[in-house]
Amino acid sequence: MDFTLFLIQVLNGIQFGLMLFLMSAGLTLVVGIMNFINLAHGSLYMVGAYLAAFLQQRTGSFFTAVVIALPLVVLLGFLLETTLLKRFYKRDHLDQVLATFAMILFFNELIRIVFGSAAYFMDVPVILSRTLTLFPGIVYPMYRFVIIIAGLLVAGGLYYLISKTRLGMLIRAGAEDRETVNALGVNINLLYMFVFGIGAGLAGLSGIIAGPLLSVQVGMGESILIIAFVVIVIGGIGSVKGAFVAALMTGIADTFGRILLPPALASMLIYILMATILAIRPKGLFSINA
Amino acid sequence: MFRRSCMALTVVFFLIGGAAIAADRVKIGFIATLSGPAAGLGEDMLEGFTLGMDHLNGKLGGLTVDLIIGDDQLKPDVGIQTAAKMIEKDNVDIITGIVFSNVMMAVAKPITDAGVLLISSNAGPSHLAGKGCLPNLFTVSWQNDQTHAAMGKAINDMGVKRLYLMAPNYQAGKDALAGAKSYFTGEIVGEVYTKINQPDYAAELAQMKNVNPDALFVFYPGGMGINFIKQYAQAGLKDQIPLYTTAFTTDQSSLVAMGDAALGIVNASFWSHDLDNPVNKQFVQDYKAKYRRMPSLFAAQAYDAALLIDSAIKQVGGNLADKDALRQAFKKADFNSVRGKFAFNNNHFPIQNFYTRKVVKLEDGTLTNTIEKTVFVDHADAYAGDCPME
Repeated sequence: MDFTLFLIQVLNGIQFGLMLFLMSAGLTLVVGIMNFINLAHGSLYMVGAYLAAFLQQRTGSFFTAVVIALPLVVLLGFLLETTLLKRFYKRDHLDQVLATFAMILFFNELIRIVFGSAAYFMDVPVILSRTLTLFPGIVYPMYRFVIIIAGLLVAGGLYYLISKTRLGMLIRAGAEDRETVNALGVNINLLYMFVFGIGAGLAGLSGIIAGPLLSVQVGMGESILIIAFVVIVIGGIGSVKGAFVAALMTGIADTFGRILLPPALASMLIYILMATILAIRPKGLFSINA
Repeated sequence: MFRRSCMALTVVFFLIGGAAIAADRVKIGFIATLSGPAAGLGEDMLEGFTLGMDHLNGKLGGLTVDLIIGDDQLKPDVGIQTAAKMIEKDNVDIITGIVFSNVMMAVAKPITDAGVLLISSNAGPSHLAGKGCLPNLFTVSWQNDQTHAAMGKAINDMGVKRLYLMAPNYQAGKDALAGAKSYFTGEIVGEVYTKINQPDYAAELAQMKNVNPDALFVFYPGGMGINFIKQYAQAGLKDQIPLYTTAFTTDQSSLVAMGDAALGIVNASFWSHDLDNPVNKQFVQDYKAKYRRMPSLFAAQAYDAALLIDSAIKQVGGNLADKDALRQAFKKADFNSVRGKFAFNNNHFPIQNFYTRKVVKLEDGTLTNTIEKTVFVDHADAYAGDCPME
């Protein structure tokens, strides 16, 4: 492999990793802070993609679609949380899995009824569909570059939120010791609602961003849900920093695995990676919970 | 005493009624994938089949149809259960449909062993065309390898010397690339199998671009195809490395989701909406009127299945009890297909033409395929010789 190809593949790995980060950052917060196994995360991803695709077709503008769709997904997250999911916080993980799995089935059928079974059309906005020449010989699709920028911005935003704001302090404290935070008089229900809203927003955003690149169809959430769980387990549940590092590692490992290894081995690689890391550090790379 | 005789009379009436019903009705089971991401294909097929029945006034071969619909959920075991229920409880005479080859491989023998005729309107795995061919199985669509072989031949005729191949890593993917290679005499500079339902192909596309082949042949059905074509176009590769594929990647329902990324892509198929014969013209026109979109090849195949079943039942005069005569009638395939000419080979797979098509945009903005040229005339699949049937 010559140097130019190597650089392009590194870029591809980073881009895939950042897309994974967008999908898993919200999940690690919800699972880590709220101790809530949220399988409906994939459904919020799907709803985000469909809403944005629908609005893009109606308004003709990708950016209008993003601006309208994102708050709608956050709203949906709030709605789900207050009406249904908050009853399951104190329940067993298995009950949470059952409830949120039911959400997956519900949303899949709802989308099917509203939009039909065939895949939905969503395209990259015209101004973003060129290619960039980063260096001589390195031509990269503009939209993928935008994904890298978006991922870094979200990572930066989350870093600022978690380490420099009061809400972030509460989130970190809640991840470490939920009971004490509650005992100290913090309204834990409000905190949970916010965290779930952030999680829903991130899931929806990753769906909106991935939509133009991948096919928008019923069940699109399930395939990324599994990888997202792998990423947050590798990174340490509850740690956004961990999700960032793990997502980049997974992205680069998967990209180079697909190029260098035979196909069967390549598809197993991220799970082998997860098993190896768990063998060395059972709680993940940057685990928070003691 | 009175209650007992009432009961007895009721039973007698049911039996008489039952016997009377059996004489002028035919029970047909339709099994397809009607849920999950691939549901669109099953729904297309059901629509095509229903349109065929509509054109025959709801009857096949003059018999009123009891259509029993089952969903195999793309799971072979669910397919077997659905078929078993249709055979044992519903007493179907014929089963049709079956989208996916893995389901077909599971249900083919159980259905045909029970004496029920199976008319596949999609799946055509090579085993069932060769050594595993079955007398009660008739595949009205194609044998899996054929369409890819046609594209391989067309690529070879174009003078391509260095060809790169990509497909998902499962049986249909391997069959597709094997079919494409069978008529290509140049150099295969890459043969890449990607994970099923892999969402992102950036790494593989970069690798392919580095090899710089004369042309790229892919087989990516459904969602995988939508992902691949969109990403291939976004990487700016359309003007650099020509892409060739088969109808399953650029199927009508996928084209809607691909948008302009698919424009100009050449693909092989046994059928196209612009095939010039009266049956096809009527089919396309009425499908558009009823379902308000262009028909896909899956709908066309299922439409032909309905016409084929109609011709066979008509030939035996509605007497479904004589299975041998019914089998002969199916073998004759004396019906007017949307493809024009149609005939079965000894292995009960079609002998038919194959064409290359190009994706174009119609005046109303719809994307669809139109025929470029004929690649094969009266093509038989490669496995017929292994089948012991006459």
